[in-house]
Amino acid sequence: MSTTEMPSAPDFELERSAMRHLADAQMNVELDTGDMILNLGPQHPATHGTLRLVVRLDGERVIAADPVIGYMHRGYEKLTEFRTYPQITTLINRIDWLSSFANEVPFVHAAEQLMGIEAPARAQYIRTILTELSRIATFVLFLGEMGLQVGALTPAFYGFRDREHVLNLIEGATGGRFHPNFNRIGGLKDDLPWGWVSETRQVMQLVLDSCDQFEDLVVGNEIFLSRTRGIGIIPGDIGTAYGVSGSNLRASGVDWDLRRDGVPYLAYPDLDFKVWTHSAGDSFARYWVRLQETRESVRMVLQLLDGLPAGPVMAKVPRIIKVPEGEAWVETENPLGQMGYYVVSKGATGPFRVKIRSASFSNVSILPWLLRGVYVPDVVTILASLYFILGDIDR
Amino acid sequence: MGLIDKGRAPKPLTWLLNYSRKYSLWMFQWGLACCAIEMGAALASPRYDMMRLGVIPFPASPRQADLVVISGTVTDKMAPAIRRLYEQMPDPKYVISMGSCANCGGPYWDSYSVTKGVDQIIPVDIYVPGCPPRPEALLQAIVMLQAQIQNEGIGNDQLQKRWRGEPVVIDDPHTAPVVLGPKPEPTAVPVV
Repeated sequence: MSTTEMPSAPDFELERSAMRHLADAQMNVELDTGDMILNLGPQHPATHGTLRLVVRLDGERVIAADPVIGYMHRGYEKLTEFRTYPQITTLINRIDWLSSFANEVPFVHAAEQLMGIEAPARAQYIRTILTELSRIATFVLFLGEMGLQVGALTPAFYGFRDREHVLNLIEGATGGRFHPNFNRIGGLKDDLPWGWVSETRQVMQLVLDSCDQFEDLVVGNEIFLSRTRGIGIIPGDIGTAYGVSGSNLRASGVDWDLRRDGVPYLAYPDLDFKVWTHSAGDSFARYWVRLQETRESVRMVLQLLDGLPAGPVMAKVPRIIKVPEGEAWVETENPLGQMGYYVVSKGATGPFRVKIRSASFSNVSILPWLLRGVYVPDVVTILASLYFILGDIDR
Repeated sequence: MGLIDKGRAPKPLTWLLNYSRKYSLWMFQWGLACCAIEMGAALASPRYDMMRLGVIPFPASPRQADLVVISGTVTDKMAPAIRRLYEQMPDPKYVISMGSCANCGGPYWDSYSVTKGVDQIIPVDIYVPGCPPRPEALLQAIVMLQAQIQNEGIGNDQLQKRWRGEPVVIDDPHTAPVVLGPKPEPTAVPVV
């Protein structure tokens, strides 16, 4: 190789990395590093559960990556055919286990739509607050865990610390720390407990402070930047073509958020919020967008607490819930992306068929395209920054 | 260690070895589903901090682990991998089954793809109920396991007795007397 002239152009970093790749390729030819197949998972800390990646390597570089899913397949769509509507909310909590409350909302909406009832305004507001709280709980864990995956142990402790604060709030309101199962068809099980609102305000301040802390600790860290900048770039059009949604897509510059652009649901039309995007589309952009969205969620919760209407939290519903014949499709913006339920009812106490569209399944489908040509350590970074939940992939 | 091989270790030595063993448990984390996050909270969050109990949660491989926590839903596709990694662990090894799914299938008791209980494929020492259990419950399980280890004989025949599946009785002043391990099989009625 004779392309070793030092460039004087400002794009020095890029040039150097290109040279590094060339040198690597030459080394691989000289050492005759043939294909090596590496099994990442199904039990590997970087895969957030039980994703298995069969990676074909040439030296340190990935030639092809093939995700093998199904290790967490629990058969939700079949199980929903044997449960009644109130029982299903217990079950679908556990699809995306980091933001359980947000999973319940689209299904309950679909059932309410079919029955022609609407939850009272106060219930809608409390649902929105709890959805945003679960978004915060998911994202602060991500903000910490992403540091862990690139080799910094400390942010993970901070992430879990903030998550505990938010989980305490959810437990205070719903009685469930992890899986609240608080939604009922037609409203909520209970009203908020006394003193919850002021406590929430305090915790939101804590979360805002720790977002600043994450910005100082992680985003400002030179090692973190060099591990994430320019790694795993998803162009906006390719992301859209693969069905990537949520923060992953917004980090690729696509300004699309179902809370604002979709069919209006919950109390989002009453709120004033900004949809954050980043033009880079790399791992860093995904981190940055989630950091901003955490702050945005805090602002939304504070707005909702200010405008919390009085009134009942449960509409009038029959004692035995029978959903009339019909079909409904409800999609919402989950913390991980677009989540939708297509419910087909034949007039019984349970649905005839439920199709679940979960975000992570589509987000992970881009992996074979995305991982081609990256280095092995960057595989871990990219997996962490895509931020998927295995239950959300396999269902 | 000829005495130990014969299963006749002196009592103070047994006590000392068990005491050292129970406070240096290398724990292999088998995070599968929701419970994995609660296990992570028990390990990594400053509020619970499992490492103060002498549990070291970062073995590089199951070959260095004493304890495995199966936390989450075990599916039929995952079961062979669990069996294989369990067999890679050196004896004596302990298993904590965390959460309803690993105990008995939990909310997926009628699912076509879920193994109804990890004890169908590997022997379990402690079951932690809950869906998911709180991190405190996992800490309690660790404390109970340590009481069990303290109570064990270290001779070979004792260990063999343990792996024959006979129940181990915890005699610890801090916990109520508990019988752990698989339930004794009902004795077969001889056919006359």
